[in-house]
Amino acid sequence: MKYMLLIYGQEDAWTEAERMECIEESTDLCEELLAKGQYVASSPLHSVTTATSIRIRNGKRFVTDGPFAETVEQLGGYYIIDVENLDEAMAIASRIPPAKKGTVEIRPIFETARISDLIEQAQVKS
Amino acid sequence: MSEVRQLVETLYVRESRRVFASLVRLLGDFDSAEEAMHEAFAAAVEKWETEGVPANPRAWLVSAGRFKRIDAIRRSARFDSSKADILRRQDGLQPDEKELDVGRLEDDTLRLIFTCCHPSLNESTQVALTLREVCGLTTEEVARAFLTTPPTIAQRIVRGKSKIRSANIPYEIPSVDELPERIEAVLSVIYLVFNEGYSASSGDAVTRSDLTGEAIRLGRVLMELLDDSEVAGLTALMLLHDSRKAARVDMDGELILLEDQDRSLWHRDAIQEGRQLVAKAMASGSVGLYTIQAAISLAHAEAENSSSTNWERIVSLYDLLLTAGENPVIELNRAVALAMRDGPEVGLTVINTILADGHLKDYHLAHAAKADLLRRLGQKREAKTSYLQALELAQLEPEKRFLKRRLQEVS
Repeated sequence: MKYMLLIYGQEDAWTEAERMECIEESTDLCEELLAKGQYVASSPLHSVTTATSIRIRNGKRFVTDGPFAETVEQLGGYYIIDVENLDEAMAIASRIPPAKKGTVEIRPIFETARISDLIEQAQVKS
Repeated sequence: MSEVRQLVETLYVRESRRVFASLVRLLGDFDSAEEAMHEAFAAAVEKWETEGVPANPRAWLVSAGRFKRIDAIRRSARFDSSKADILRRQDGLQPDEKELDVGRLEDDTLRLIFTCCHPSLNESTQVALTLREVCGLTTEEVARAFLTTPPTIAQRIVRGKSKIRSANIPYEIPSVDELPERIEAVLSVIYLVFNEGYSASSGDAVTRSDLTGEAIRLGRVLMELLDDSEVAGLTALMLLHDSRKAARVDMDGELILLEDQDRSLWHRDAIQEGRQLVAKAMASGSVGLYTIQAAISLAHAEAENSSSTNWERIVSLYDLLLTAGENPVIELNRAVALAMRDGPEVGLTVINTILADGHLKDYHLAHAAKADLLRRLGQKREAKTSYLQALELAQLEPEKRFLKRRLQEVS
């Protein structure tokens, strides 16, 4: 079963050195997950100041500069993992370095047959 | 009523939730398992009459429930594609023998408990699911016990089951390294159920014994299945508290304090069982917080009256509890024990310090304890002020009435 791990935190909570170390550590974890066949995708995200939000209302497009919600803790990165169950997802979420400063939200991914096929095709291509 | 029907009814009371627990594992779905369990008991009445009672009734019931359910699903699968999932899972399964092994069936109850108390579910959901799915209370009974409406509880249970399904919460006994944390969650649910029954947080009656009974029963089930000193410690704690049930309230439903209780009304068998469990848990090498609290309760249970209580031991057990971390409520209880050991002035000084820290300034029992020590010291005017503060903060009717009586005594 696939889970998305969403990493929330305060953007200014990290020094540049800490950020580099975090990326190193996270990449190690990704390599470990890949070796176990549990890795699907992951990435840090650029600062929320680069975010753009789109809404279509009555066929008209509204563009807002900024994230969906103005909160102190922002979405800063994500993992998509493929594991047996929620306990395994929780164990991996606890090992993601930013969990120490922010919050990791676990969301089970709703899979449809067509989307699963597409993911497989994409993996074969890459 | 026929003998077989009577036997099935007895088995239903004792075994239906265990059969249900196994069916959840085999069918992978709470709702299907519930239906299958009922179908199995209905089938038993019919079949055992003609074919005789099987050697292992529980295994028979599990097996019958499973087959009936799969059969029904096969028949309806054409119309309902969402059930196809359950069928696919069945096709991959080994035939019965191993699945119905006695050890595995026993473990299913544990699986059910750990799933209902999974840390990804919030506490009110854990409690509702445990009472409904593990204890087999109806939604109406759970609602009544928690003084809320059946739709509220039903919604909590539906949401809980839906999260178990869609987030794929595993139906498993946690691994060794996760076990301590997971047991803690289960124990905290059981103790919450017990406390809600023992000192209901609101409402008219002091205790609701259906809840205390269920909590103790859960403790016993868990003791059978898990070798853990804190499981024994918590069960002892609940038994020892519950042993005072008959002495805690008078004929009119009024609260009686520990020191004023008629100790001949205490339930001796429960105390004896609690004593054995405390001894066992204390000897295990890892003494936890529930065990220490049970030891405190036991020290009270073993005393003939308040003045002959071993306050020395009680104070030192509170000291031990406080080594686990700061806790103002435990400090308050320790202060009361200290007052019994060294006199009310000593206790009062400590309580004043605790109140000055601000943690317990809204806790009615802190003001009530202070008032009681002032009353003993003959400082009626100060006692009155504290009783009034306690009265303002108290929620439970019998507690309010008790405080009003005390207030009259010092006025």
